[in-house]
Amino acid sequence: MTRIVVTGMGMITAIGKDTGENLESLKTRRHGVGSIKLLDTIHKDELLAAEIRFTNDELAAISGITDGERYTRTSLLGLIAASQAYESGIGKYGDTDNTRTTVVSTTTVGGMDKTEQYYRDFLESSKYSHFVYTHDCSDSTRQISDHLGIRHLNSTLSTACSSSINAILIGAKMIKHGLADRVIAGGTDALSKFTLNGFNTLMILDKGHCRPFDASRTGLNLGEGAAYIVLESEAAAKKDNKKIYCEINGYANANDAYHQTASSPDGYGPYLAMKEALDISGLKPSQIDYINAHGTGTDNNDLTEGLAIEKIFAPDIPPVSSTKPYTGHTLAAAGVIDVIFSILSIQQQLIFPNLNFSRKIEELSFEPVRELQQAEIDHVLTNSFGFGGNDSSLVLSKY
Amino acid sequence: MEAYIRGIGNISPQHSWGNVILAEDIVSYEGNRLNCIEPDYKEYIKPIQRRRMGRILKMGVSAAGKCLRDAGVDMPDAIIMGTGLGMQGDTEKFLKAILDNDEKFLTPTSFIQSTHNTVGAHIAVMLKCNKYNFTYVNDNLSFEGALLDSMIRLSDDPSEKILLAGIDEMTDSYFCITKNAGFWKEDISDNLGLLKHAGPGSIAGEGASFFIVTGETHPDNYARFAGIDTFYKPESDKEIDDFIIAFLAKRSLSLDDIDLIITGINGDSRWDSGYFRLQDTLFNGKPLAYYKHLCGEYYTSSSFASWLAAGILKTQSCPETILLNNNEVNKPIRNILIYNYLRNTNHALILLSVC
Repeated sequence: MTRIVVTGMGMITAIGKDTGENLESLKTRRHGVGSIKLLDTIHKDELLAAEIRFTNDELAAISGITDGERYTRTSLLGLIAASQAYESGIGKYGDTDNTRTTVVSTTTVGGMDKTEQYYRDFLESSKYSHFVYTHDCSDSTRQISDHLGIRHLNSTLSTACSSSINAILIGAKMIKHGLADRVIAGGTDALSKFTLNGFNTLMILDKGHCRPFDASRTGLNLGEGAAYIVLESEAAAKKDNKKIYCEINGYANANDAYHQTASSPDGYGPYLAMKEALDISGLKPSQIDYINAHGTGTDNNDLTEGLAIEKIFAPDIPPVSSTKPYTGHTLAAAGVIDVIFSILSIQQQLIFPNLNFSRKIEELSFEPVRELQQAEIDHVLTNSFGFGGNDSSLVLSKY
Repeated sequence: MEAYIRGIGNISPQHSWGNVILAEDIVSYEGNRLNCIEPDYKEYIKPIQRRRMGRILKMGVSAAGKCLRDAGVDMPDAIIMGTGLGMQGDTEKFLKAILDNDEKFLTPTSFIQSTHNTVGAHIAVMLKCNKYNFTYVNDNLSFEGALLDSMIRLSDDPSEKILLAGIDEMTDSYFCITKNAGFWKEDISDNLGLLKHAGPGSIAGEGASFFIVTGETHPDNYARFAGIDTFYKPESDKEIDDFIIAFLAKRSLSLDDIDLIITGINGDSRWDSGYFRLQDTLFNGKPLAYYKHLCGEYYTSSSFASWLAAGILKTQSCPETILLNNNEVNKPIRNILIYNYLRNTNHALILLSVC
């Protein structure tokens, strides 16, 4: 049985432009949620978001691109995170990579930030037509491949907010089946008027800071970000003397099959995803030392995720926390951001706190971890759930 | 890795609904846009649901229903979709509302349905299917991603019955946008004469091609997917040739074993030369076909080509209208290679074989 390990990682979120900055913020309770400054929206003064405080020009400069105005924000964020992952796990990038390195990327809105800016122009003339080509979800994947010099198989998928966990899942399988030697898996999503207004009309945005697993929670804060990890077989990583961050021990995707946007009352899909991921890992629930929850802060998600956790783990529920109050909900990138946070938990033997919590949900028996906590962490379960009842879980183990 | 096609449900600009093979009355269209011939949705969707569903969702749900019935499968073990643009109609509806009303007075319905995985998710809700549910959104490799995932699953568990699809819709606005961007031929009189209209641009299309695939043999299987691979931005002709030869060699085949090659020729003079070069070199002497005059160019058109190939293999007859040259299609027709690329960026090879 091929074991899949993580040998590289990179990220950019509202709490830092690399993994080190993110870790420092997590340890010092420095969250990234605040008023909207860069996105041009009428909701600027009324809604909060976890915005990355760099303009597109600044992001282009960070990623070493000279013609940054031709890139969508989604691509720019993706390039920054994927390059870091490549450098930490594979090496210097830029020359053609003739090995079987695959990019499996995800996004929910793709190039919507440019599309919503130029949509009327698109309909009238060809002036901004180059952004017609960047509209679909695969554009950022190609930009990443080109930037890193990767020529092997690429893939893009989109299953709403569980997207990037699913990229890791299929990436691991590609290696197991000998279709790729290493996979750069992750996701990227920029804030857009489209998603901000979408979530706003669904009335699931908290006007203040999101409060996952709190009895008084009223919704989520949107965020933006990108993160990628490098997956390899254990044998390949060992042969090259790679630093191994963790092992991907179990993964699963299930469908709630209940409603397009709401979870079933007992969280059946989340339960199935967690259970199957645990089964594949061969671990008993009691061996899980920490759960990095999806925990968006919506009424529906936190209750049903909590019930599903109880169904599997009660009465001995491991420490649970959601890191969404730091990064906001970053949609396609959320799953892989949580994966990197879980890897940091294993590395640092730390549980990062669930901010903004004060009162337990009545129907649940547990409350989330509120303070930074030192703990012995060998195995972490992380969840990512999305629209369309798309539920995914991953088990990460110390290597 | 093998994926036997057990069931089919196909909506396209041709009479593909309920048909295994291209019907004899080929549909011709004036101008540069081909629309799907939509079936009577009554049989598959309740009226109250139908009113709330966008066009692509209606096409997807009914093609899925047809396909499941055809295969005699009540509950698939996985739902794996490929779509280049996803819910383009609903996405534009919500986007227009944002722009027209300056982010005010919005309702959530079209946003809810704009998520790329809506078709797969909706099918799951209708069937109460709690299984694996993925949606690939990778340009002209969207269906290929879904097919590869299906084949990986079937090599792990050949008993699975997977609902696999390629689906895309063309909307009025997106047609206008892509027309302005130079995607389509301006002065074409009809689709069947696609190759007579030299110059840049293709013709727009759409479709929903659904399959039930399984690793198990059965007398009712249509054909089998015997291979899928993709390559990216080839830097030389030799690289392309080597890739095609290696793809076949990996499956213990050579071009001698290929009885028909279906190419993604789309009439766009900027890019078609790659196919024509192969016609004169590597593919010399082979019967060559094309299909985009029948369904138009769209991101998941290779799923229509796969439907076409499956029908040819099942019926052992090849419709004249797809043939590009006079090289004879030898019988029995055992192996069909589909080679499709878009703008010389993402290239895909799909191999279909008799069962």
